[in-house]
Amino acid sequence: MYHKEKSIQIKNSASALYNNLGVLRIAPRRLTYFTVVHANVVNMVSASWDGLNYSHRQLQSKEPNVATSTSLIMQAAFCGLPSRDLLVVTSQKGIQMYESDGSIMVYWHALDTPETPTAQAVFARGISAVWENYICVGVSSGAILVFDVPSKGSNITLSEVLEEHKESITDMASECSGSQECIADLVSADDGGNLCVWKAGEEFQLLNKIPGFDMSCSSVKLWKGTVVAGYGTGQIRLYEAVTGILHAEVNAHARWIYSLDIAPFSGLLLSAAEDSLVRVWHLTMTPETNSVEIAHLHNECVTDTQICGAKFCDGDGYAFAVTGYDLSEIIRYTQS
Amino acid sequence: VMNDIIGTMFSKPFMDELLKPQQLYSHRTVKTVLTRLAHTSIMRLNPASMDRLYELMIMAFKYQVFLCPRPKDLLLISYNHIDTIREFVKDTPVVVNQVDETHRKIIEVYSCLSEGEFQLLRQTLLIFFQDMHVRVSLFLKNQVQNPNGRFALSTSGPVPHGGDVPGLIRTFDSKGREVRRSEFPTGGSYTSPIREGSFDLHGDRVIRLGMNMYTVNYPEDTHTSKALSAKTDNTPNLLAKEELNLLARLMGSMKAENMPKAEPTFQINLFTADLEEEAGVSGAAEESLFGVINIQAMQDEQAASELARIAGQFAEQEEQPENSSSNKGDDLLAMMDDL
Repeated sequence: MYHKEKSIQIKNSASALYNNLGVLRIAPRRLTYFTVVHANVVNMVSASWDGLNYSHRQLQSKEPNVATSTSLIMQAAFCGLPSRDLLVVTSQKGIQMYESDGSIMVYWHALDTPETPTAQAVFARGISAVWENYICVGVSSGAILVFDVPSKGSNITLSEVLEEHKESITDMASECSGSQECIADLVSADDGGNLCVWKAGEEFQLLNKIPGFDMSCSSVKLWKGTVVAGYGTGQIRLYEAVTGILHAEVNAHARWIYSLDIAPFSGLLLSAAEDSLVRVWHLTMTPETNSVEIAHLHNECVTDTQICGAKFCDGDGYAFAVTGYDLSEIIRYTQS
Repeated sequence: VMNDIIGTMFSKPFMDELLKPQQLYSHRTVKTVLTRLAHTSIMRLNPASMDRLYELMIMAFKYQVFLCPRPKDLLLISYNHIDTIREFVKDTPVVVNQVDETHRKIIEVYSCLSEGEFQLLRQTLLIFFQDMHVRVSLFLKNQVQNPNGRFALSTSGPVPHGGDVPGLIRTFDSKGREVRRSEFPTGGSYTSPIREGSFDLHGDRVIRLGMNMYTVNYPEDTHTSKALSAKTDNTPNLLAKEELNLLARLMGSMKAENMPKAEPTFQINLFTADLEEEAGVSGAAEESLFGVINIQAMQDEQAASELARIAGQFAEQEEQPENSSSNKGDDLLAMMDDL
């Protein structure tokens, strides 16, 4: 179904972090940007579609005080809003937002970090663009910061702080089907496996809370009102966002799931885990019966690699890219 | 040597310092700490030997963290280490007490962490090990490491405790009743989890990672070492030979510049082909490898006091300022000077 293409070499190896691959497709310029986090650096590669041009850039995490500790980056992700795309980088010190090519930092938000390290780690993790003008970022305390983003410029402001989760945020996702009739706009997940479903607006509204089973939910996606969640046990669960009804449960992987992605136009789902496997699934909705089904399509094994990032490169799922811990390349696969 | 090193390492001030919340150390700091530890005994390591020993230790540590089935199993691996250490010093109640106290402290500090927090801890440790691919002959021989230096990840075997064997899809209706089950090909051959190890002070840890690599408990090791026993002197693997020489030099050679004469009269045989095949007791193999060092260390009273003086000088020489602006681990190092 898929075959391996030529890999893209990156300057550093990928660190073992959840959702450690960012992809932004720029159709007008026939380019795709990729981001991979290595300790306190984000490696950015701009790859032309003809496979001939690659340019690299590195972004450092910001250390506002000449602190004695380096700030490790937890996640880097592209946020696509109608008016602009931004690259958001979250670390142990705060949140950095760049223009999508990484050229200029447009915003910096510092977290309250204690003077001396405490037993509870402090960091930001979990990034999602929501609706037309919001970027939401999760924090280790469980809080979610909602930033209001203007259509251009750097006048980004903190609009709201959502305090619902009690454990560290792991991942967040917004409705990606593009449909206007969606009720739920955002889903957030935490280290206890708890999921919160939100409606965006000047004041975000909590629509539903789906309890976890004490097992971290490391990656989450929202598509056509369905939450797709990946857990440390290797399970994938499909929930109806607003009601919390469990549609399906898959014993998908033998180890911790690190990344999920959905191709919104085709309903393809990608899952990747520490067990070295990437799996492709297909989601089907039957509105009449209000049911969601998941079928397995394909496996790829990245030998001896604990995968930490996997993303489709386009909305149909024609191609996808994979990163692994200690691997200095982005592996690519294309449909045959 | 064992008692000295373990006694120092498990001293209350040292452990209290270690167990404070802090950032990841740099390699330089960790190597310095380990060198100082080694030098609290009569062992002397020149920088080149220390470098090699450090690489071996780090790769073994990386192997254990990388292959740890569940993040929480990091504790079980640590408890395996502690259990083995306890065996080494079981004849010295004072040190056993120190080890027990430390073990209790670790249980107290770490037992309440969630799986997600352990995974964060593990991810941070993995950053420390990133890009290190030193080949270790024992690992290459046991095929846990590939010739390119990367560890082998199996797609078969038991899933971690608390997990499910992959392959099943269950679909439910809106009332929560299961309406369908189907299977999918996993590309591996997984089996049910084995029982969970004990997180108490004593108990069967179940997990094998963290147990002494150089004992006969590794069935593969026993198997291959039988094949090699006929030709232990002719190991074609130059890396293995180099490592054996290194360890022999480390433990056998007291011939560093200011050392009083000490006669090394023991041999090291790491590939335990000749040793007793008793299953279970890792201590048996330990004694033949390390017990001899104990004897050598204890008997020479004059050497001991001379060495203490030298150790003091040595510690002062090591006070080179760290070039990096970070003070990671400085507190620990400063405290070690007082030991």
